[in-house]
Amino acid sequence: MNAILSISRRSFIIGVASTACGLSLGFNVPFIKPALAEGAETAPEINAWVVIRPDDTVVIRIARSEMGQGTLTGLAQLVAEELNCDWSKVTTEYPSPAQNLARDRVWSNFSTGGSRGIRESHEYVRIGGAVAREMLIAAAAAEWGVPASECAARMGMVTHAASDRATFYGQLAAAAARMTPPANVTLKDPKDWTIAGKPLPRLDTADKLNGSQVYGVDLKLPNMLNAAIRACPYFGGKVESFDAAAVAGMPGVRTVVQVDETAVAVVADTWWRAKTALDALPVVWDEGPNRQVTSASIAAMLEEGLGANDAFIGAKQGDAGAALSAAGRTVTATYAFPYQNHATMEPMNATALYTPERCEVWVPTQNGEASLAAAAEAAGLPVQQCEVHKIHLGGGFGRRGNFQDYVRQAVSIAKQVPGTPVKLMWSREEDMLHGAYHPTTQCRLTGALDADGNLTALHMRISGQSILAAVRPEAMQNGMDPVVFQGLVLAGTEGTLGYTVDNLLVDHAMRNPPIPPGFWRGVNLNQNALYVECFMDELAHAAGVDPLAFRRKLMAKHPKHLAVLEAVAERIGWDTPPAAGVHRGLAQIMGFGSYVAAAAEVSVTDGQLRIHRIVAATDPGHVVNPAQVERQVEGSFVYGLSACIYGECTVNGGRMEQENFDSYEVLRMAEMPEVETMILPSGGFWGGVGEPTIAVAAPAVLNAIFAATGKRIRTLPLKNHDLA
Amino acid sequence: MARLIINGTPRDIEVDPDTPLLWVIREQIGLTGTKYGCGVAACGACTVHIDGVATRSCVLPVSAVEPDQQITTIEGLSPDSSHPVQQAWLALDVPQCGYCQAGMIMAAAGLLMQNPNPADEDINAEITNICRCGTYNRVRAAIKLAAKSGEATQRG
Repeated sequence: MNAILSISRRSFIIGVASTACGLSLGFNVPFIKPALAEGAETAPEINAWVVIRPDDTVVIRIARSEMGQGTLTGLAQLVAEELNCDWSKVTTEYPSPAQNLARDRVWSNFSTGGSRGIRESHEYVRIGGAVAREMLIAAAAAEWGVPASECAARMGMVTHAASDRATFYGQLAAAAARMTPPANVTLKDPKDWTIAGKPLPRLDTADKLNGSQVYGVDLKLPNMLNAAIRACPYFGGKVESFDAAAVAGMPGVRTVVQVDETAVAVVADTWWRAKTALDALPVVWDEGPNRQVTSASIAAMLEEGLGANDAFIGAKQGDAGAALSAAGRTVTATYAFPYQNHATMEPMNATALYTPERCEVWVPTQNGEASLAAAAEAAGLPVQQCEVHKIHLGGGFGRRGNFQDYVRQAVSIAKQVPGTPVKLMWSREEDMLHGAYHPTTQCRLTGALDADGNLTALHMRISGQSILAAVRPEAMQNGMDPVVFQGLVLAGTEGTLGYTVDNLLVDHAMRNPPIPPGFWRGVNLNQNALYVECFMDELAHAAGVDPLAFRRKLMAKHPKHLAVLEAVAERIGWDTPPAAGVHRGLAQIMGFGSYVAAAAEVSVTDGQLRIHRIVAATDPGHVVNPAQVERQVEGSFVYGLSACIYGECTVNGGRMEQENFDSYEVLRMAEMPEVETMILPSGGFWGGVGEPTIAVAAPAVLNAIFAATGKRIRTLPLKNHDLA
Repeated sequence: MARLIINGTPRDIEVDPDTPLLWVIREQIGLTGTKYGCGVAACGACTVHIDGVATRSCVLPVSAVEPDQQITTIEGLSPDSSHPVQQAWLALDVPQCGYCQAGMIMAAAGLLMQNPNPADEDINAEITNICRCGTYNRVRAAIKLAAKSGEATQRG
């Protein structure tokens, strides 16, 4: 069970947690004073991360959002590991964004994106667990009148061996909460972990098997109304007029409202009736300034950038220009990557309740604090008078973090029916037409080969759209978007190029079409890996050298990049011939702090591609739950191969052409290859898992297609190409 | 007015006959385990059983359901998540975000009722639901595990 239990002016009780055995817990959020509520048993918190109830249930607070990636379980494992508690007694809950604000951001960052959920918070959540453990030990020691140093904590108990005494955590929690937290704790060496590092089952599975998991679209509040919305489908356009009277008498309709300048919404008793009336609502659009924009005009804009003089430099070594000019032999190719939609299975939605004094929002969000800020802004209220209740997401993939358009819309609608909660849900068509699209770029690569087939110079000119320029301009560096160069830079811990090229230039001619771009799972690593890894294959072929051997010569100074590449090559049997008709391709990249590689086996028969097998390797430094890492890697190939084979949002007349899964196809079961995941943590750093392997899916497959057909596919998706 | 038998219980519902069954189930019966994903029968998130046959409910007008037909939703597949498909899903920890999984489970249970021991090709042909998190390989393994349990054909 996982449902709204009660609602009143003073308090909301929302079940956001479930245990491994399927119980759920009430989480009482005070309506006015945003202090962390205590549970029905009034169990005190030991600290911000840990509440222990008298029945020994351990409630671990999770600041990051669960959207399928499994960090709810992984973060709980890290806290539980240091807490030395009984894992079977662990459950979780989300603290709210307003509580975080009121407590000086004691839970730090709520943002759940960039594969940062664990790698960015592992240390402070482990400290939280360790501090709570020490406070429990101190409480027991005080009760027994023995030195804390003689006590030990394990499996949810504090013991004192000398006097043969033991007490469960549940009996100590109240006293522990009053202890002074230790100033310093020593974290365990990961090699000593017994809960973290283990392939434990997810904590959130049970409710996902029987329909009881409540997603944002499932929320029910007393007297709630439902809203369906249509925003101007033309980018940059807005509402000119609409005829509310035409649908006012339709069944269930309560009101028809304009939402900001750009959208209209019908509010009705049910969503289906709201949508039915919306479909019948006459709307005249001010189509805005972009009616002439098409995919072709955008491509032309980017092509101009490929040869432009001015560009931002992301990586530079030696003098690539001079070396290329002097080279005896050069190879050039131009690649392109199209717009993609996140297409989360759960459409965008938010539920808002507005009064002139208070605004509350229930929303599946990757960033609860961004939702809170958006709610306050849209409500026109101080943030202290707003609250956001986080709900597990039916997919996020980057759409629900930085972009809170649906929250602003929900609040804007709720403001027009004050005192009544309104659930706004987008149709799939709305979702497809108003994405935060994976940006489009092109890349021209020119490499120089010496007489021995060595790469002596490389210029990668990227032309295209900057995400940061559109959505986080404050993060730009002197006009440059550093994120454009994911996986291609020479230094840092996020994603460095795995090749040493004596004369190297990677630069970016920023060309920003009027299409809203966003962070799409894998972000810019997706196209950068495609560009560099397919071109490495082209260079190897031109040099007449095996693609693995060609890369290896450039990777001597990049042992971690090389290790994952060699691992997949060995597993797929690179040095032995594949089965008849089967061909192989390789790719590697570093991104989101992790080193990843893939090897693919494909066949192409009468133009029909079949991907038989993927071997993937990842070195994320440390692994908190290998079973979840394996699931993330498998899943990343579904996302990456969907983009490779089908994914393309095309622009015509200033709007997107694809409106649903019938025109925006994605990978389904029949095309899903076997995925063998090799988890190769080398220690010493913490990398992300959810995204990096997406980026090697397409290049590994495209390189295998070249091996099979001799055809170089340089633009996605594959559905536009004839492989026969 | 429509009469529907949902999870064994007859329900009389005041509804426009054109309303898709999905929205009657979600908004009028109040069973929200069955999900909206596309509204054009392309993704399978809305899959329920009608007389034991996996059916996409988002494009099926409620008027097309006969009063004596048995509609089963994810909530009614078993009283306690004990259906062999649910048990296999639990054993292999299949769901990620979980949004598509009710439809996947209903599609899989429907397949196993028609074909207790499906080959890969049968699974490919019948399980065309969309999962964006990428659980496909575990869904396949869980269907095979449920088939192996041998009970799937005996349960609705």
